Amino acid sequence: MKGCLFNIDSGYLEGLCRGFKCGILKQADYLNLVQCETLEDLKLHLQGTDYGAFLANEPSPLAVSTIDNKLREKLVIEFQHMRNQAVEPLSTFLDFITYSYMIDNIILLITGTLHQRPIGELIPKCHPLGSFEQMEAIHVASTPAELYNAVLVDTPLAPFFVDCISEQDLDEMNIEIIRNTLYKAYLEAFYAFCKEIGGTTADCMCENLAFEADRRAIIITINSFGTELSKDDRAKLYPRCGKLNPDGLAALVRAEDYEQVKAVAEYYAEYSKLFEGAGSNPGDKTLEDKFFEHEVRLNVHAFLQQFHFGVFYSYLKLKEQECRNIVWIAECVAQKHRAKIDNYIPIF
Amino acid sequence: MRAILGYTFVGTAGIVITILTMYHVLTGKGERISLGWFLENTSPHMWASIGIGLSVALSVVGAAVGIHTTGVSIIGGGVKAPRIKTKNLISVIFCEAVAIYGLITAIVLSGYLEEFSWKIVEKSDLLKGRNWMAGYLMFGAGVAVGLVNLFCGIAVGIVGSGAALADAANAALFVKILIVEIFGSAIGLFGLIVGIYMVSKVQMGNK
Repeated sequence: MKGCLFNIDSGYLEGLCRGFKCGILKQADYLNLVQCETLEDLKLHLQGTDYGAFLANEPSPLAVSTIDNKLREKLVIEFQHMRNQAVEPLSTFLDFITYSYMIDNIILLITGTLHQRPIGELIPKCHPLGSFEQMEAIHVASTPAELYNAVLVDTPLAPFFVDCISEQDLDEMNIEIIRNTLYKAYLEAFYAFCKEIGGTTADCMCENLAFEADRRAIIITINSFGTELSKDDRAKLYPRCGKLNPDGLAALVRAEDYEQVKAVAEYYAEYSKLFEGAGSNPGDKTLEDKFFEHEVRLNVHAFLQQFHFGVFYSYLKLKEQECRNIVWIAECVAQKHRAKIDNYIPIF
Repeated sequence: MRAILGYTFVGTAGIVITILTMYHVLTGKGERISLGWFLENTSPHMWASIGIGLSVALSVVGAAVGIHTTGVSIIGGGVKAPRIKTKNLISVIFCEAVAIYGLITAIVLSGYLEEFSWKIVEKSDLLKGRNWMAGYLMFGAGVAVGLVNLFCGIAVGIVGSGAALADAANAALFVKILIVEIFGSAIGLFGLIVGIYMVSKVQMGNK
């Protein structure tokens, strides 16, 4: 019965999204791509896939950044198409997905203005999914309170920003703190929203978001070693909707080096596996790559169930991973650096 | 919004029923609230007609829900894989069949409807029993067929939606899921059989 009710409003878009998902590159496509000698070859191979002639109008010496932009453009068009057709509660759900890009854009703009870059140069670098009207006005702000009052108060991010108004001024350190506080508030709100929708959506999305939260907590901890961030401040940045909450987070607060973080992860079956075999030696995969692999696995699982919103989130995440893979391969081809070309993360 | 409306309706209905019951009981007219009296004095024609109406109406609701569920998935999946659109029409036909079962039952039941005169029937217990039983049998058959087909339609619709999306992803899966769908569609037939069998004893009229 739930399936029928779901399909009334969102059935078409789910079918569409699954159709898009079938266009994601397969292992065989990647095997072809890594064989390429030049970027022109790469373009030729991509033409044979779902991407079609998306690079057809580009002048001949292809740059990797052009490929990156075009890949992203295609993804954004697809996502916007679905967003335009969505109705409640799917539209709010899709909006929630874009908020994370909005956060990244704001941070990018603030960092840029801090380094005296003109705003016109920064705007094109922003992710189009996270653009909002007041974006160009962001350089007027010099303190978080000003930023909130002048720019963010009208954006959907306003409720997330309330926690970090108290910061004194915008320097490198504070920007990082603002980013993570925003992200924490965003993840927790998104998690609560998915729980409220309930059903299969909650089952699937909470799994994904819990992993996202835990990954952020672990990365924040590892990155904070050797900086002036105190343990209490660090604790405030952890999103509290993951599986690590509350015992694992408490242990992470006490951790002082990488080994201790690893020891915390030992208690969680899925995370301990990621830490095993991750390292910085040549030939080893980095922890970050391991996290990406796990994320891809979770997202692929979302497609095993029908009648839920998780497919939209997972599709976007998988497609982003694919963009990263293609850009990685393109980079390796362009720089003739073939040793590491196999370090992409296969999806299917 | 939906919850508020639901609570309002249930609340109002509950209060009205309680007040009416209390009124009858407290004013010494308690014997008027009698289920037996209600069942004996309602016309068998009313029960039969409600049964006929429910059998076709519920079946059509089931078929409509099923077709909607399947249809949107076929359309959505068909955007990137247009080849599924003709093949998956079969899922829509399965849903449609559910409405036809209801229609058949309604036509068969209508055939048994006959006029009788209360005066003649009231005189003979045998005749009265026959006519009253006919009314309730047709009501029961109608409800059985209607509900069976309602749920059959929902089941076939959901499986059909899955079939369309699976076919879009991997063409080899279509036949396998179609078998599931056929079995789902068969449960609608059970309702039809039981319904027809129930009314085989119906005899209405003055004789």
